[in-house]
Amino acid sequence: MTGRILLAASGLFLLAFLISPASFAPLFQPFTRNGAPAIYTQTSLLSLTLSHLAIVAAAVAGSTIVGLVLAILVTRRTGREFLPLARTVTAVGQTLPPVAVLALAVPVMGFGTGPTLVALFLYGLLPVFENALAGLTGQPPAVTEAARGMGLTPGQRLRQIDLPLSLPLLLAGMRLTAVISLGTATIGSTVAARTLGEVIIAGLLSSNTAFVLQGALVVGILAVLIHHGFQALETRARQRTGLD
Amino acid sequence: MARVQPPAVLFALIGLAGLALPLVQFKPNRIVPGEGLGLAALPGGLAAMLALGAVLAAACWSGWPAVLRLAAAMVALIAVTLSLGAVAAHLVPPGNMLARVAPASGFWLLLLAFGLMLADAVNRLRPSLAVRWLMLGGAVALAGTILGSGALDGVSVMREYATRRELFGREAQAHLALAFGSLGAALLVGIPAGIAIFQSPRLRGPVLGVLNILQTIPSLALFGIMIPIFGWVAATVPGAARAGVSGIGVFPALVALFLYSLLPVVSNTLAGLSGVPAATRDAALGLGMTRAQLMAGVLMPLALPVLLAAVRIVLVQNIGLAVIAGLIGGGGFGTFVFQGLNQTAMDLVLLGALPTIAMALVAGIALDLLVQSARRDTA
Repeated sequence: MTGRILLAASGLFLLAFLISPASFAPLFQPFTRNGAPAIYTQTSLLSLTLSHLAIVAAAVAGSTIVGLVLAILVTRRTGREFLPLARTVTAVGQTLPPVAVLALAVPVMGFGTGPTLVALFLYGLLPVFENALAGLTGQPPAVTEAARGMGLTPGQRLRQIDLPLSLPLLLAGMRLTAVISLGTATIGSTVAARTLGEVIIAGLLSSNTAFVLQGALVVGILAVLIHHGFQALETRARQRTGLD
Repeated sequence: MARVQPPAVLFALIGLAGLALPLVQFKPNRIVPGEGLGLAALPGGLAAMLALGAVLAAACWSGWPAVLRLAAAMVALIAVTLSLGAVAAHLVPPGNMLARVAPASGFWLLLLAFGLMLADAVNRLRPSLAVRWLMLGGAVALAGTILGSGALDGVSVMREYATRRELFGREAQAHLALAFGSLGAALLVGIPAGIAIFQSPRLRGPVLGVLNILQTIPSLALFGIMIPIFGWVAATVPGAARAGVSGIGVFPALVALFLYSLLPVVSNTLAGLSGVPAATRDAALGLGMTRAQLMAGVLMPLALPVLLAAVRIVLVQNIGLAVIAGLIGGGGFGTFVFQGLNQTAMDLVLLGALPTIAMALVAGIALDLLVQSARRDTA
């Protein structure tokens, strides 16, 4: 219960801060020096936050669609040969440092949102793919037997049994991906993507800790809220499967 | 009966696209826009193109044994790399310091196609751990030999390297020191902390809660927050500045990476220890072991694979995150990356990004192998 209240309070705090950042200036004033501004005003924090969320959402959606389709393909009879390869590729995707991918994508895609999307997409592929794979292949034997006994075709089994039952695990994979992407997206501002990283970098460049803290606070609260949001969805999806 | 191997068809499509696209980007100097040139620009390049295309097409036949695929992919990777160097040497007259030849999309696609073919062949061969170690060592030695031989010296990245040889060595050391230093510190603090929360469950919630919150702070911001904190510590705590604490340079970066590394180490230590079956613990206690003996002699060795998995996560993550140190003057390969991005000098960006990627990949593969051998030993 106290957890819920804390979550709601931090959500409200975030909302108030984004709608009227100027009224929180006294809070950040102690972290500035030489009369520097306490609140970042070059761009509206609200629009940066929305753009940040949009980039993360697009990247997570991309990782989820590709990861899920890949997991479905490699668990079919025709795609089984691709399973080890798909595992290697997604694992390498997460081994490649996002900052390096970002930098390498710039000559191809130019400065802006593109490189950030690519870096986040690659980095987020592994959790979704591995979780979808575990969900699709890890059904209890009784369920598999029952499906076969009912005479379901592989397509019917996928749609009616495997996908609904793997939803909780898929959501857990999406949660990992979303939370990682939320923090990593800030790095995108080094190549001119419109994210909350802009505020942090402005703080780094002008040695204004207040800006750094603002950026970190907004991203941190968003991460906590999204983490718990996904967890709630997972719980609900798990209850609907009726397996436990 | 002739049959087609589906993955090989995918590799062939990627590789053929790579052959069709320009292998290099040629710029007479840094300012003019470059032009893309294919392998055909090289005398004898057409023959090389045909040979690579033939390998890609022939590998689609499922009759090829995996060993042959492995060898073909390896030879092709070397051939593609050497032809990049050859094209660069051919296009840039000796003594011309202005012209730039950078690898282009065709080169990267060819590397991807043959790299995938190689990975697929290794997966099919299921080599033993010892053979995998040999392969990793061989690949690193081979890459070192090609780079050291001067065959690639005409390529733009290597030109950037040639003018910054000493600086590159220093930044490489700084990068390694950041990644391994923070890992070492995280192990020193994280393992005892993991043991402590294993033994007193009441501490688990608060400790993991704090570490989880640390993880939600974006890396960029965590680096930034460290600067004023340690600047203040260095200025106010007597002796701190003399002990190396400073708000600028390597220290804030090191501490930020350390803080990020704590959660995987602590939570995996806990998970590894909790994963030891109760029967094993009871048996050890029944033998008359003390709690300390139980921990050092039974629990920790059995938790080792899970702990090593944390080391893998942390090391790969820190090699990548250490790039951000370049943004706050902490050194490492990030220095080149951000300098290059600021000057839109992509060759300089490559000089920072490519070694980082190589380092992360080698560290990731090596630790995967270590985790596997530890699993086999405890099984």
